[in-house]
Amino acid sequence: MKKQAKFGIGIGIILVSMASLAWLGYGESKTYYHTIAEIETLRGTAAAHRMRVGGTVQPGSIHRASGKTEFVLLGEGKSLSVSYTGNDPLPDSFIDNSQALIEGRMGSDGRFVAEHVQAKCASKYEAAPGEAPKPSNSTGRS
Amino acid sequence: MDVFGSFALLLAFVCALYALVGGIAAILTRHPLLIKSARQAGMAACSLIFLATFSVVYLFVADNFSMAYVASHSNRDLATFFKVVALWSGQEGSLLFWCFLMSIYIFSVLIAYRNKHGELMPYVGTILAGVQLFFLTISNFVASPFKALAIANASGGLDYYMRADGSGLNPVLQYPEMIIHPPNLYSGYTGFTIPFAFALAALLGRYPGEKWIHLTRKWTMIAWCFQTVGILLGAHWAYAVLGWGGYWGWDPVENASFLPWLTGTAFLHSVMMQEKRGMMKVWNVWLVFITFMLCILGTLLTRSGVVSSVHAFAQSNIGSWFVGFLTVVMAICLFAYLKNRDYLKSENQLDSMVSRESSFLFNNLVLLVACIAILSGTLFPVFSEWFTGSRISVGAPFFNKVNIPLGLLLLFLTGVGPLLAWRKTSGESLRRNFLWPIIIGIAGGVVAVILGARDFYAIVCFLLSTFVAATIAVEYYRGATVIRARSGLNWLSSAMELTLRNTRRYGGYIVHFGMVMIFVGLAGQAFNKEVQKEIGIGGTVKIGPYELLLQALDQKQEKNYVAERMIVEVMKDHKPVMILFPERRNFPTNQESGTMVAIYSTLREDLYVVYAGVNQGSEVPTIHVFLNPLVKWVWYGGIVVVMGTIVALVTPRHAVLVLSGSPALSGSKVPATAPGFTTAVPSTATLREGHD
Repeated sequence: MKKQAKFGIGIGIILVSMASLAWLGYGESKTYYHTIAEIETLRGTAAAHRMRVGGTVQPGSIHRASGKTEFVLLGEGKSLSVSYTGNDPLPDSFIDNSQALIEGRMGSDGRFVAEHVQAKCASKYEAAPGEAPKPSNSTGRS
Repeated sequence: MDVFGSFALLLAFVCALYALVGGIAAILTRHPLLIKSARQAGMAACSLIFLATFSVVYLFVADNFSMAYVASHSNRDLATFFKVVALWSGQEGSLLFWCFLMSIYIFSVLIAYRNKHGELMPYVGTILAGVQLFFLTISNFVASPFKALAIANASGGLDYYMRADGSGLNPVLQYPEMIIHPPNLYSGYTGFTIPFAFALAALLGRYPGEKWIHLTRKWTMIAWCFQTVGILLGAHWAYAVLGWGGYWGWDPVENASFLPWLTGTAFLHSVMMQEKRGMMKVWNVWLVFITFMLCILGTLLTRSGVVSSVHAFAQSNIGSWFVGFLTVVMAICLFAYLKNRDYLKSENQLDSMVSRESSFLFNNLVLLVACIAILSGTLFPVFSEWFTGSRISVGAPFFNKVNIPLGLLLLFLTGVGPLLAWRKTSGESLRRNFLWPIIIGIAGGVVAVILGARDFYAIVCFLLSTFVAATIAVEYYRGATVIRARSGLNWLSSAMELTLRNTRRYGGYIVHFGMVMIFVGLAGQAFNKEVQKEIGIGGTVKIGPYELLLQALDQKQEKNYVAERMIVEVMKDHKPVMILFPERRNFPTNQESGTMVAIYSTLREDLYVVYAGVNQGSEVPTIHVFLNPLVKWVWYGGIVVVMGTIVALVTPRHAVLVLSGSPALSGSKVPATAPGFTTAVPSTATLREGHD
């Protein structure tokens, strides 16, 4: 029984220390997903959380200045002004009408300060202008 | 070809269905003809899947843009080999390709054991057919790669039509690694189906002994090796293509590939406890069940968009199918376990904290805790939404905080475990085995500090890496000395001879050494530097010992894209070293662009240069430079791991220590009929080994 207890203690130490490290890491990096419409309704501490927000980049809204890029994100009929201040260059797929996922916090002036921006091109599967219209449906042919 | 292919796929579904239903009937009735027909139906299903896959490839190569899948993943100007690999560039093709690779394994198993293991194989065949049936259902009825483009006509019906050209292949996928990364990873994912089927078969059929472990050892190692290579290639692809300077970002899809690797690694180690000491039987069965389920979960995460990821695959309804399948698998595993758990009683107990058993136990614990931490971190958004209503994700700090210490603990066990004896290790043996490695390890840590290491984990990692490398060197030295004394061969030949005599043990050491190299490479991250700067022509950037001069910008027109190139001269200590060409590629077909990172790589460090684009306000090009020490060790370590795995798969020269169950030997040296022999011989043989 004594041996079993020893193993139990060893395993316990590993588990407890990992759980506490996990808790620390969780506190440091937890990020809330919100929609643009939800952000307006957030109050108090909820509004100060680190957030991840998805939306469509409003055409013509991208303005690049030194050190930051400003743009407007649209979603569910609402809009959100964003300043991107991160160091990494914006992804190539970040263009007008692209789907973007931004990560950061709400600034005091009501602008969202993003540290990370991911984007994917929405137009990829649409037919280019002049081609046959986009098929409304695909169907099996077997 | 499209009709042919989709018909083959449908017929494969019918065959797999027969193999499943016929297999169940065969198990119940034990009728030899039924057993045979179920097996042959399984083989027919595999062959038909091969045909269907080849016909999709044919459609790509033939530029058949009437097919929805081809039209959205290829275009006329695409190089032919990219047309072939475009098969696995999207959802439908990837799933078919998954099924294709799995069928290669299944076909090999069915044909290799067609006249052997008569009790076990009907179960195995039936389980494999069940798994295959699920994927065939998806490929036939949910995400068929054989959908044709159609458009509504005036009368309300549908007309087929063909597009003049396709949308093109996603530029980030047009890179050599993409040819080999998915096949490797999928070969890993699908390969674990085989040990899963054997474990479940042995449990369901109450098949005596450890035979399923002996039979599946090679399959498991092959799957594990593919998985390792797949993960590393994925990391290398991310490093060389995505241009953010790193190779591992704890992205959900990366994590998904890592999870079954962790449990698979745990399984490869803990089966030794069962082989040698008859312990951990329940654990092993569950490890392999869980590994398989994690493989399915990995496919689910990758393909369904449940958790958003840079891989950015479209949301699709495929997720619920996978969740359903996972539930069924879990239910069957639980049922089999609850019904036959008495057959999994352990024959021995742990004797001592300082023993091989206990090192395996902790190895498994560490791998499992890492797996659970990564799994919960990856699925956190899903779970938090269930429980609290808000979707919360965790990032790199969470994963690093837990996994770095766990990784170092594992590294420590890698050095210690193989040198501990089974049951109990004496103090004398401890001193003899570890005195020198500990001294050398501490020296390694001191050297790291002298060379400028300040990060605590990095120092520990270098210390442990030298320690583990030293334990392996000492083992080799000791074994080779014995052989040299007896045979008079030189050191190198003696070491070769030693490896070939016990491939399993020394192959394992080589794999461990490869892992040490990977750890050294990972620790290099503590010294990463980066600079981002807008520079005009003639401008310079300094990083570490290097100075980079932007000589010119140029453009070149390729068949499928336009490349804008920076011509960057690299100088070290004011002497020109080389010229790098970081590129940005614009693909007109799908209006996308991609980066081509230029890397000057040495064993010491990588100079990683990205053309980050032109500032749209000032029209000045931006360069992003990273100096990443020791990255190459990760890739070379991977190569060593593969070599070690191959060595471990080779049949040893003197068959004394080989398990009788391995196919190459059964029936030759060992009387396969003798019951109990399989466990008795290897345990004594390797016990001696362990005490060596």
